[in-house]
Amino acid sequence: MDTLLPEAPVRDLVDDFAAAAPASEREPRLVARGVTLGYDNRVVVEDLSVEIPEGAVTVIVGPNACGKSTLLRALSRLLKPGRGQVFLDGRSIHAYPAKEVARRLGLLPQTSIAPDGITVADLVARGRHPHQRIWQQWSAEDERIVLEAMAATRVLDLSSRHVDELSGGQRQRVWVAMALAQQTPLLLLDEPTTYLDIAHQIDLLELCRELNRSHGQTMVAVLHDLNHACRYADHIIAMKDGAIVAQGAPNDVVTAELVEDVFDMPCLIINDPVSQTPLIVPKGRSWR
Amino acid sequence: MTATDTSLRLHTGRRTTVLRLGRASMRLDLRSIAVCAVLAAFGLVLLIVSVATGDFPIPIPDVVTTLLGQGTSKTNLIVLEWRLPRALMALVLGGALGASGAIFQSLTRNPLGSPDIIGFNTGAYSGALVVIILFGGSYVAVAGGALAGGLVTALVVYALAFKRGMQGFRMIIVGIAVSAMLASFNTWMILRADLEVAMAAAVWGAGSLGGISWAQAVPALVICAILGVLALLGDFSGKQLELGDDAASALGTRTQSVRLAQTVIGVALTATVTAAAGPIGFVALAAPQLVKRLTRVSGTGLIPAALMGAALLAASDWVAQHALPGITLPVGAVTVSLGGAYFIWLLIAEARK
Repeated sequence: MDTLLPEAPVRDLVDDFAAAAPASEREPRLVARGVTLGYDNRVVVEDLSVEIPEGAVTVIVGPNACGKSTLLRALSRLLKPGRGQVFLDGRSIHAYPAKEVARRLGLLPQTSIAPDGITVADLVARGRHPHQRIWQQWSAEDERIVLEAMAATRVLDLSSRHVDELSGGQRQRVWVAMALAQQTPLLLLDEPTTYLDIAHQIDLLELCRELNRSHGQTMVAVLHDLNHACRYADHIIAMKDGAIVAQGAPNDVVTAELVEDVFDMPCLIINDPVSQTPLIVPKGRSWR
Repeated sequence: MTATDTSLRLHTGRRTTVLRLGRASMRLDLRSIAVCAVLAAFGLVLLIVSVATGDFPIPIPDVVTTLLGQGTSKTNLIVLEWRLPRALMALVLGGALGASGAIFQSLTRNPLGSPDIIGFNTGAYSGALVVIILFGGSYVAVAGGALAGGLVTALVVYALAFKRGMQGFRMIIVGIAVSAMLASFNTWMILRADLEVAMAAAVWGAGSLGGISWAQAVPALVICAILGVLALLGDFSGKQLELGDDAASALGTRTQSVRLAQTVIGVALTATVTAAAGPIGFVALAAPQLVKRLTRVSGTGLIPAALMGAALLAASDWVAQHALPGITLPVGAVTVSLGGAYFIWLLIAEARK
């Protein structure tokens, strides 16, 4: 499956760095410097800087309306910062041609629409668009990569099914397959587990981690569930009121004080017996 | 043309073939190709039949030899000079309407998002009316007025529906509202005009291919050919918009510029048809949906919709000319009747689901 890695030069680059330093010490490719973000005249995030650790799974957490999805939109070029810049490989992300960004950075948006009547294979194949040209719409490589992306996400058996008749969990795996077929070294996921039941949430997060471990793809996800974030993140970014409150490995940064500060929720932190990561147990008012 | 390695074949649930020529490649859906071939053949038959029928019937074999350049001076005059421009225009303008409908339905992700519903036709009629009534227009002036009217309406609809980017559904709602206002403006203009002028305007407003000669056909054909190429180029990025704006951007599509370009091409196609033949309703609305039921592909295919539009308009024009002996109807009246039938069929089909 290592063929799913990006084009050769980038892949060599990743390998070189992998040999030289552990994942967290590699040069970050996606960086925000002093960005101010908002919609119309409403400022959501002000003067925020962040570096996305290379080759790791980063999870952004925070209460509703803290600006986490807004930050993800800015990192993926969907939202242009009012001030400051987002840099991809050292250059402003808005300075690239759209397709060039799409060859380096993939995004699984919160809401995507499957054209009605489209089959799974056809939808995953749409992920090849940034690598195609008008006269070059279906190379042998396109076909191979689409098949590999579908194998990695275990949707090959569904390939000729219609997307609208799949379950929520299957559908989300298909969208991940589409983003994988894009073959980007960076993949951003905006609340990928929303609308999934607990088993499918875990399944999807496991899938992301597997892909990160096997392909070295850098992942950034916005998640609602703190416990999931602690389990699956190498690097956690906690946000409140449009600013980053804490960031680092979950075991280092997630404390009862932090959770109370960020979510305004008293809690107890115990050790997750399975993953050896922090497990947040809310106190609630009923048991105090 | 080579088939791909069958051991590593992507199963899409549809029969496809991959066309590879050097570095160029394309995946083709066999069912769509079959449907397109049948529609193209049907269009060709319609062309020959409509050129053959009329006050001076000409046997089909003579029509074919004339079209191949072996005709007598009499058949040359009747076939090539009198009847061919109209028959060819029916096909080409029908194709333009079908393509324009496919573009707008894809942009708005809604089967109602066709140019005749969202007011561009009505706007073109307003433009033509202003020219006819104020300046008593020649064919060129009326065509120019229609073109300007359609474009201005599109601009107004686009501007009014624009809010932090463009959303398909807003465009339909705003379009319907603008269309309703323009329709009353059109009625008011006709009521105010002198009787003869009003009659002329009403005839134009019904949409007709009558009286089209090469002088009018050639510019329209050239414009349609150029717009057709642009539409095909735009479709490569345009169809990505069906995934929603966020997913389309993530896949490297500049959503707002692509949408604007597609809107301009779609409006130009409709406006060209209206300029040449008056507002012809329902072809743009029905063609993409009808052909979709035949090809059963997702989204709205540009080429199948264009071929369906061509077949629909050519068939309608033949019916308009020859169905009722001694009476020639404007083709717009036929397409509107067909449109009514289409809506009834659509309602029944939806109710059965």
